[in-house]
Amino acid sequence: MTQVSTTTSTLRQGVRAGLPLVAPTFALGASFGVLAEPVMGAAAPIVMSLVVFAGGAQFAALSVLAAGGVAGSAIAAGLLMNTRFLPMGFAVAPALSGPPIARAAQGQALVDASFALANRGDGSFDRGVLLGATLPQLVAWTTGTVAGVVGGGLLGDPQALGLDAIFPAFYALLLLEEIRGRRAAAAAVLGGAIVLALMPFAPAGVPVLAATAAALIGLTRP
Amino acid sequence: MTGIWLVVAVLCAGTVAIKAVGPLALGGRRPSERALGVIALVAPALLAGLIVYETFIGDGGGVRVDARVVGLAAALAAAAARLPMLAVLLAAAAATALVRAVA
Repeated sequence: MTQVSTTTSTLRQGVRAGLPLVAPTFALGASFGVLAEPVMGAAAPIVMSLVVFAGGAQFAALSVLAAGGVAGSAIAAGLLMNTRFLPMGFAVAPALSGPPIARAAQGQALVDASFALANRGDGSFDRGVLLGATLPQLVAWTTGTVAGVVGGGLLGDPQALGLDAIFPAFYALLLLEEIRGRRAAAAAVLGGAIVLALMPFAPAGVPVLAATAAALIGLTRP
Repeated sequence: MTGIWLVVAVLCAGTVAIKAVGPLALGGRRPSERALGVIALVAPALLAGLIVYETFIGDGGGVRVDARVVGLAAALAAAAARLPMLAVLLAAAAATALVRAVA
């Protein structure tokens, strides 16, 4: 009983912690909707936001499609963006409870900000905060995408508004969170260098896929 | 359009699967330390790659240097000043829009 009430209270705590993210998440979802609609039509971006619910993966797939890349490259770029949820899933797993199907369902709440908020700092995670913080973000992300898809014409030219610059800024914020040591910094520098080297001639999607090879420096001894 | 829905469907299924792996493996063996060492570096490598890609990609591919560089610089300055996420994103868009309006 104590455990149930604890989870309920941390769930509320998580929702409250997620509220400051509503405005930027809505804005980011709207810019995704605005930029995706001409490339993907109206319905596909909304379905994507509701189920994929991962800004990095959606922008990555959209970037490839907008640059004329094939479906396979878009899928690979999007899924590779989401490989970060593998280690994150292992990290939060001990905090999740119930039968396997329930744990797998709770794992769907994994998004970057919630992962950070639920992190207690000692290697353990708070399930209530993880689930709670994700709720407002899912609502904001999806309604933002709908607003962008529907109202994109009213907003005007996304480029004139500088909305395309929001992607790299968003990734930079996520990267600043990710760089917690010298190896992560080295992987980031190498990944950026690989993209820069391949961009002038490689087909759409390939440079970003190749950047992940920089993670192999993790095989070296620290 | 079929290709678009293929991307959406596979991305949806793939993302659900990726997020389920850790929680389902609970109670089983953890990946080896070496594997975890590599997996943990995928995100920083990929994010840095995407920052470079999104900042410099040209309309038909190739490299193009434009106002987005100023937007990224503004975002980094805002992040260094510990401004909230929304302010950082707005700084990037505003700086980029300003340079485009003036240029």
